[in-house]
This record gives sequence, structure tokens and C-alpha cells, in this order.
Amino acid sequence: MNGWVFLVVGLMLTAAAGMALFRIARGPSILDRMIASDMLLTTIICALGAEMVYNSHTRSLAAMLVLAATAFLGSVVVARYVSRSGHK
Amino acid sequence: MSFDVIIDLLTSVFLILGAFLSLAAGVGLIRFPDAIARMHATTKPQILGLIFILTAIALQERRWSTILMLVTLLLFQMMTAPISAHMIGRAGYRTGVVAPGSLLVDELAQAIERAQDEQVDAEHPDLRADSGERNESPD
Repeated sequence: MNGWVFLVVGLMLTAAAGMALFRIARGPSILDRMIASDMLLTTIICALGAEMVYNSHTRSLAAMLVLAATAFLGSVVVARYVSRSGHK
Repeated sequence: MSFDVIIDLLTSVFLILGAFLSLAAGVGLIRFPDAIARMHATTKPQILGLIFILTAIALQERRWSTILMLVTLLLFQMMTAPISAHMIGRAGYRTGVVAPGSLLVDELAQAIERAQDEQVDAEHPDLRADSGERNESPD
């Protein structure tokens, strides 16, 4: 497969992760930061998948599965904390 | 064009589509004005972008064990993404992150109002407008 495809994919995913990091650092409320960190996690899952296609192996599948299954716990906990304390 | 070339081409297209959705979500995360709009942008790669990436993996590794794992992964993501989105949206609504003017229809406000009315009725039956006679009857 062409190398430039993976270059483009890698650049896009890196830019997405960078924008998510910007929102995590900047975000006016905790919830914006949680949304951005959810998005960062999704980008990481996508990057793991793209890397598996690039190197044609399937060793990262378990890591992707665990990330997809447990990604919601963090945002649920933070959302509960925010709505209990009324903290912004 | 041989079979492998077509498969490689399809894989490239799916990978680029998935990465593009991630990039679009990143742009939306930066550009959109409030938390709900940002959440709308970030849900795009969570399901559709992941489907594209997983399709690319399935096209490259055409084995049943891999495809079964990918379907499980997608099912987990489809089950858990709405949970976190729901919790974050609810918390955002309660803490006032959502600007009231940005909502065209606000069904949650009506539901909350109804629930509060019922609670007041249950706690103070004498405050109801139609129970004025009951207040005077003991005298």
C-alpha cells in the first residue's frame, strides 16, 4: 500500500489529537475537558487501528477492545461529580 | 487490477475517511461555541469513524477471529458512547453550561417543571389553587 496514505492518515489523527489537547487545556468548564478527552480516546483507538493496518498485525485488538469498553467510565464519574457539587 | 490492489485501494479510502472524521471532530471541538455543540462534533468519529477504521482492518485481515473481535469492539463502543454522552449532557444542562437561548425546543425544562409541580402538590396539598375551600373548612 502507498506510504503517503499512512502519512495523510497519521497527520490527520495527530492534528485531531492536538486539537483535543488544546480543548482540554483551554476548555472553560470541566465538561468541555471531558468531551475533549473522550474525543482524544477515540482518536487513540483509531490510531491503534490504523497502525495495525500499516504494520499488518492484530496484536493491538485487545487494547482497542478494552479502551472501547471502559472509555465511558471516566466521563460518567466526572459527570456525576459535576452534577452533585454544582461545580462548573 | 488484481484483487489485492482493489483491497488496498478500499483500505486506503476507509482509513482516510476515518481519519478525516477525527480531524473534523477536532475542528468542531475548537470552533463550536458551547459544550453541547462540541459534543455533537465529537460523536462523529466515535461511531462512524471507528466503523471506517474497523472496516479497513477487516479488509486487510480477512479472518473470522479478527472480524469477530472487531464486531465485539464496535458493539462495546455503540453501547458505551451514548452512556457517557447522556451523562455529560445531563450534567451540562444542570450546571448551566448550555445557554438556554441556543435550544429551539427544550423538552427537559418542561419535564422538570412538571416534576416540580407534582412534588409541590404532594408536599403541600393546601397550596393548590383548587383546594382553597379545604383551608377554610376546619374553622
